[in-house]
Amino acid sequence: MAEVNTGDSGGGQGKHGKKRAKKLSTRIDMTPMVDLAFLLLTFFVMTSTFNKAKTMEINFPAEPKNDEERQKINNALTFILSKDNSVYYYYGEFYAADNKDGKPATQLEKTNFSKDGIRKLLLERNKNTIEEVNELTRQFKDKGSKMADSTYKRMVVSVKGGKEALTVLIKADDQAIYKNVIDLIDELNICQVGKYAVVDMMPNEFELVTAANTK
Amino acid sequence: MPKIKMPKSSPSLDMTPMVDLAFLLVTFFMLTATVRVSEPVVVDAPSSTSEKILPDNIMMITVDKTGRAFYNISNSEVRIHTLMRMGEQYKIQFTDEEKKRFGAMTSFGVPMEKLKEYINMDDTQRQKVKSPGIPLDSTNNQLGDWIQFGRIEAAKQAKIEKDKAVSAGKSFEYEPLRFAIKADGKANYVAVQEIIKVFTKKDIYRFNLITNLEQSTEE
Repeated sequence: MAEVNTGDSGGGQGKHGKKRAKKLSTRIDMTPMVDLAFLLLTFFVMTSTFNKAKTMEINFPAEPKNDEERQKINNALTFILSKDNSVYYYYGEFYAADNKDGKPATQLEKTNFSKDGIRKLLLERNKNTIEEVNELTRQFKDKGSKMADSTYKRMVVSVKGGKEALTVLIKADDQAIYKNVIDLIDELNICQVGKYAVVDMMPNEFELVTAANTK
Repeated sequence: MPKIKMPKSSPSLDMTPMVDLAFLLVTFFMLTATVRVSEPVVVDAPSSTSEKILPDNIMMITVDKTGRAFYNISNSEVRIHTLMRMGEQYKIQFTDEEKKRFGAMTSFGVPMEKLKEYINMDDTQRQKVKSPGIPLDSTNNQLGDWIQFGRIEAAKQAKIEKDKAVSAGKSFEYEPLRFAIKADGKANYVAVQEIIKVFTKKDIYRFNLITNLEQSTEE
């Protein structure tokens, strides 16, 4: 199988002592070469990785200066991540149990990463933005309208960053894992939430979460 | 009885098209293959639906499961210059050979005191040694220095390249240095937050969090 075909051997030493050029076959056995080619092919197919690392761009807030007032955010939703993939959330501002404004104390609601958990909650809370974005997408896809690519992107961003759009704060305690933070941000991206930030937890919140965890 | 005569044909067939194809594929895979460099630590990044591809000019901090920090910067020229600056800062002299070796290295997670030793190891030794991670607490914030110097040197390098391109009459496309964080999904978020704090102290607020593309396994 592996020997090279040299054609008729021993030709050329005739009776007359005439030297004749060897007649070699023009065909070479390509089998070893093909073997090698396929070996290499298999190797590269096996080792090549197609998926280049993907990335998520995110801005983190600067450390607040001490004299700066805490900004008031309307339509805010705060998620608190804790141990064993648990997620708690509350709407609006945080009120401690003994606040001076006389508001009822904030209660943490528990949810999870399933379809009926965060996704449902966000879709409901962010309905207006999602509808607006869908409307824009429909207009963009509509051939008659001729909306420019950049216009579409800018408009989506402005809708997502609008005053009425949902703002999400993500807080994680010392037992939360990184994967949960990414999962949550991912969920926000899916649900067209444009305004979100990963921020530090307040001591009051920490107490609430610890209490909720031990329940 | 009539016999069905099969036409006699040579059992060997012409393999040329197949071989052509095989070599075409080999060439394709060879050219598209990217050399996977051995990292000192295996990090299983979480998955997301984001489809943005990681930019080329990056400074990457890797955080492993136990929260150790590893530093890497993609441009090897910048790496070498950063090492020189760090050497000045921490009073460690590096030889040209060591600089060269450092330029070809991937991410590392050893403090400055052990870096010289680490550079002089070969690959197999590096795999065996357990990196303690780059110190980043406030008393010994080496990671902060690496970030600071890496950033300065990257800006310098960009300027050099721009000057070169301009003098050669070519157009220059400036690609700013991006800051990437590649953390293990199981890493404690606080460990990642510590790293982000180091960055925000240096007025860097924009990050690329590295994720894998999510497989559509949703039920």
